[in-house]
Amino acid sequence: MSDAATLADHAGPSRGGRPDPHHDSTREADLPPLDDTTRMTAHVCQAAGCLSLRSDEVAKLLSERLHAGGVADVDVKRVGCLGLCAAGPLVHVPETGEMYGGVTPDSTALDDLVELLRTANPENGPRPELPSFFTRQTQIVLENSGHIDPEDIDDYLVNHGYEALRIAVTELTPEQVVEQVLVSGLRGRGGGGFPAGRKWQAVAAASATAGTVAASAASSNGAATGRDGRTYVVCNADEGDPGAFMDRSVLESDPHRVLEGMAIAGYAVGADKGYVYCRAEYPLAVKRLKTAIRQAKRRGFLGEGIAGSSFAFDVEVRLGAGAFVCGEETALLASIEGRRGTPRPRPPYPAVSGLWGRPTLINNVETFASVAPIIRNGGEWYARTGVGPSKGTKVFALAGRVVRTGLIEVPMGMTLRDVVYDIGGGIIDGRPFKAAQTGGPSGGCIPAEFLDIPLTYETLAEKGSIMGSGGMIIMDDTSCMVDVARYFMDFSRDESCGKCTPCRGGTTQLRMLLDRISEGRADLADLDRLEQLSLMVKRTSLCGLGQNAPNPILSTLRYFREEYLAHVTDRTCPAGVCSFCRVLADRAADGSGAAGGAAAAGTGAGTAVERDAAESAAVENDGVEEVAVA
Amino acid sequence: MSMRTLTIDGVEVVGTEGQSVLDVARANGIPIPTLCHLDGLPDVGSCRLCVVEVQPSGRLVPACMLPVEEGLEVVANSETLHAHRRQIIELLFTERNHVCAVCVANNDCELQDRAQELGITHLDLCPVSPKLGVDASHELFAVDHNRCILCMRCVRVCADVEGANTWGVSGRGIDARLVTDAGTPWGESTTCTSCGKCVQVCPTGALFAKGRSVAQAKAQRPYLPFLARTAGAAR
Amino acid sequence: MLQTAPRAPSDDKRWRMVDTRMRRLGFSPDGLIEVLHTAQEAFGYLEPEALDYIGASLGVPPSRVYGVATFYSHFTLKPKGRHTCVVCTGTACYINGAGAILRRIEDDLHVRPGETTEDEEVSLLTARCIGACSLAPAVVLDGRIQGKLGPDDVMNRLEQL
Repeated sequence: MSDAATLADHAGPSRGGRPDPHHDSTREADLPPLDDTTRMTAHVCQAAGCLSLRSDEVAKLLSERLHAGGVADVDVKRVGCLGLCAAGPLVHVPETGEMYGGVTPDSTALDDLVELLRTANPENGPRPELPSFFTRQTQIVLENSGHIDPEDIDDYLVNHGYEALRIAVTELTPEQVVEQVLVSGLRGRGGGGFPAGRKWQAVAAASATAGTVAASAASSNGAATGRDGRTYVVCNADEGDPGAFMDRSVLESDPHRVLEGMAIAGYAVGADKGYVYCRAEYPLAVKRLKTAIRQAKRRGFLGEGIAGSSFAFDVEVRLGAGAFVCGEETALLASIEGRRGTPRPRPPYPAVSGLWGRPTLINNVETFASVAPIIRNGGEWYARTGVGPSKGTKVFALAGRVVRTGLIEVPMGMTLRDVVYDIGGGIIDGRPFKAAQTGGPSGGCIPAEFLDIPLTYETLAEKGSIMGSGGMIIMDDTSCMVDVARYFMDFSRDESCGKCTPCRGGTTQLRMLLDRISEGRADLADLDRLEQLSLMVKRTSLCGLGQNAPNPILSTLRYFREEYLAHVTDRTCPAGVCSFCRVLADRAADGSGAAGGAAAAGTGAGTAVERDAAESAAVENDGVEEVAVA
Repeated sequence: MSMRTLTIDGVEVVGTEGQSVLDVARANGIPIPTLCHLDGLPDVGSCRLCVVEVQPSGRLVPACMLPVEEGLEVVANSETLHAHRRQIIELLFTERNHVCAVCVANNDCELQDRAQELGITHLDLCPVSPKLGVDASHELFAVDHNRCILCMRCVRVCADVEGANTWGVSGRGIDARLVTDAGTPWGESTTCTSCGKCVQVCPTGALFAKGRSVAQAKAQRPYLPFLARTAGAAR
Repeated sequence: MLQTAPRAPSDDKRWRMVDTRMRRLGFSPDGLIEVLHTAQEAFGYLEPEALDYIGASLGVPPSRVYGVATFYSHFTLKPKGRHTCVVCTGTACYINGAGAILRRIEDDLHVRPGETTEDEEVSLLTARCIGACSLAPAVVLDGRIQGKLGPDDVMNRLEQL
């Protein structure tokens, strides 16, 4: 793809702006006077996307050159994600509201920026017109992202940091905290969408019962194991969906907010220990989280006697090790306990019997990150955003064939069209929108006819997809839906833990069937097999991974059946992706090479040739063309 | 012990607290096929053969891990459930290389029995045909991975009854395999006590005593519930 | 019989890192994954002796240590090359051409994902998603994320390592 074109669209003009989040009018006044003479600040994004384009060097070079140029009244600040990752490295100047993209260390953009910062006067001139990427967003979870230095607790503190925790532990009872979360209508942002308040209630209740039982047991035998009577809070940061980076960005940009949410939850459910289970693939997020924990302990926001109360809460980071299934809560708990991450049937639910058999509250990063604003401003305030039973905002990782990719936060209920065309700037090269994939390997594809549906838990489920954790991949006519389904099934097969039969064997068979279809070796009976087996795997699998693994197939069969039929009956791939189809069709047309492919395709299951091909395809990681060559 | 009245397949039955739906169904002659379940071992609910439909939601739950509850209503046998069960058995057949005619457990194999009960005559799906080996390094026993269905009975009996923890599982998904110790040959295992319980609990011919030929294996395991009780008490 | 604490497989100083981590975790069996991370960081991979030693120290049977080490794709039981190249195969990267990059590396260096070149220079790995979707297709060379590269660019940078 042409990245130059992509960048030119928003970075070329090098100017954009960023709206002030709703209570931002007070924010800049709150900033500590870094230097009495600070005229302007330059926020240099230090999240993984921009860092990979050496934004750390940009920050260093910028201050050096400003210093060398005798500009002493501009402060360079390292901040978290600015959102428009496609245009990185990004530099934002809040005083003028301007955003500069593509500021790489060796670019002229950097020199231009130095010059601009030397001369620009925030008092002068109108603020730039803001692109809709920013104006259409409502930032609650991301309100600090790109504004504060994620490695500096003071910066968090002057932006209402730990205010909600102080309010919770000094002014509210645990019941009142739970009440506010219930009123807010906040639902689990990890994908399930279970009302957070009800989960908290259940854990608080289990904790109260279990606590008293254990307390009496401990006092009678005097030998507490250290786990008796404990309740745990677990933050699920095992963001495994391919194409999703919401949690990474929140942890990299505003780690304290997640810790604050966990501590408030701990107070509400009666827990004194929290774990963040974070992917090992996110080293920067882990590093910033650990820094944040250290700082919070030193300032008394974690540890004993939080904010002068008797409440104690501690947080530890546990690393995942590359297993998607660990996003499932019972598998995640097994992994924290140092075991293979295999799920177990529920009930009992973790709320009653979780870590080491103790009551455990599990929410994901975004859910915990929503808690502090809810406590600070009240549940009713939060519930004013959103529609129906889907309250508040949702962070999406917008990626794929859309012009502006990046991290966005929109009110629940915004239409898919607005997200794709207003915020995302439409499809690259003006091609037609084909489908939006939400929910990753557990979700489905929403076709163009539903561009005007509001994005809520309910409507997405109705259309055969799920909200998921917020990955949103936009596809145009260059994507083959059979190939997309095959890609996700390949993922699910690789990530299946292997414990239950339907998921272990079913995902393997589904992937083999999709191989046959995309390689032009399938017949109509295979299409029936595919659908039938998908339904069976969905119903009988043990955990969410298996139960949702067939969704990409079922949703593409529902909306793009004609593409499957084209592969099966015409042996062509309308999008031109499945090259093996073309090879076979060509061979069949000129009558050569029929033995390996076309002939076998008609005869159904079981020939040796077919089995070998399926087997070799099964061990290929990827490689439509490779198979074709072989 | 308090009694619970529940309905299975429209029949009102009575169970006691702590029993599973499977226990109660069996006591009342209602057939529910199982594979990974074995009396005396802790249940894992992984083969999914015993899934039943909980009414009114229609959610499928393994009967072996579904505790009885007052007023619970489940469907244990229906055309859909039988179709699901047939397909589960079929998946087990396709993922390894099961050839009854040359198997030591022919006629004493639970996989074979279930297939016959469910009326499976042929396979509709393509076999995966993995190339798997046989570990015959142990002086008394051997393991043939071609016949393993990953029911974990051997892993559980070794950990929970014998306490040796020799058996484990390596890899994941379709590549999950039984292993002894750290992938060391069974004969070189430092933890194996050669007690042979794993061989007795194996539902297929994956684990067998050496020197037996085709269709000569006979599982002996009536002792298991007693052993399990003793092991449980000791813990 | 007097039980003695397990001894480190060698005098290698890196074992101290592993020992320190185990001590901090109170030699609890729950810390297994954390300790495996530390050992892999220190040695680059998990050799059989490391698995034995860690299992013995934490009181986890060998079958469980091995089961955990092979369950998680982050852990590797084979030594890595001097350089590592991780190709992200997340959805955004996939539809933006990660497959072509992977095939090019496989063809040019004669390695498959999970393998190391014969000269032990480069280990090729794939990741399910590194969360750098805006930079798709993304590749991680020696721990540094590089985005929006074509197969040629990747080969060039690999040669420069």
